[in-house]
Amino acid sequence: MKARIIEISCLEVWREISNYLDQSVDPELRARMEEHLKHCNHCAAVLKGARNVVTLVGDGRSFELPAGFGQRLYAKLKSQGKAK
Amino acid sequence: MLTVPQPQVERNEAGLIERIRQGESELFYLLIQPYERSVFMAALSIVQNEADAEEVAQEAMLKAFANLKQFRSEAKFSTWLVQITINEARMRRRKDRKALYDSIDEGKKDEEGDYIPVDFADWREIPSEALEREQLKRALAKALASLADKYREVFVLRDVQRLSIAETAQILGITEASVKTRLLRARLQMRDALAPGYDGAWTNDNPQYKKVRPW
Repeated sequence: MKARIIEISCLEVWREISNYLDQSVDPELRARMEEHLKHCNHCAAVLKGARNVVTLVGDGRSFELPAGFGQRLYAKLKSQGKAK
Repeated sequence: MLTVPQPQVERNEAGLIERIRQGESELFYLLIQPYERSVFMAALSIVQNEADAEEVAQEAMLKAFANLKQFRSEAKFSTWLVQITINEARMRRRKDRKALYDSIDEGKKDEEGDYIPVDFADWREIPSEALEREQLKRALAKALASLADKYREVFVLRDVQRLSIAETAQILGITEASVKTRLLRARLQMRDALAPGYDGAWTNDNPQYKKVRPW
């Protein structure tokens, strides 16, 4: 017999979206969320957007060091005998 | 012009630290070189201005040098370094802000209720190639700046620097549960901040939403 999945609300899904992305929700809750996401466009869009954010900002190109940062740091440390 | 040395590919970090402690100060740059970006981003998450963040980053590195004897070898050097940076940046922020503003900020600690994400019908994926474009980088920086301090700090350590929940909690001196709560808020707010104006894919029929994505 297939286990019955108990419905959850959008609010409950939003509360767990971040943990869901980090794969830290238990299997039972995960199944309930996935069932909900199949039928709820709003929550599916929230999940997709949040996942997209995490992917984009985790890409090393999103936030770069200011031009010359490494040079200036090296020069400063070198002037104090803390770099070769 | 000075030529910056190439980063070391294989390095014995513990050995390097030991040698610096024994007096080979000139090796310090090699030790911190791989962490330039982490230190800068950690500073930027708090002071929010590139020039200040650079200054804080430099000061934090010098402080790390001065305190290297206190570093315990069972700790992770990168975590320790970022922790010093966060402290340095917070001191700077405190100095820059009026006492009143600061105390209001403190009073709001950990009282987050539920955040209701905006109902855009859909958000078509922003391709990572788009990161080559300055426009997206600026949009990300602006969205990041729109977060309240406590959310931005967590978000930068966890999602920009990709530290674990445990490391983020340790560095900021908060519980893992707080990290998770703040991270949720930060991620949802970032999503809401980035979607409008970019998303040509809103399936909402309102014509004012029919904006064309710039890439």
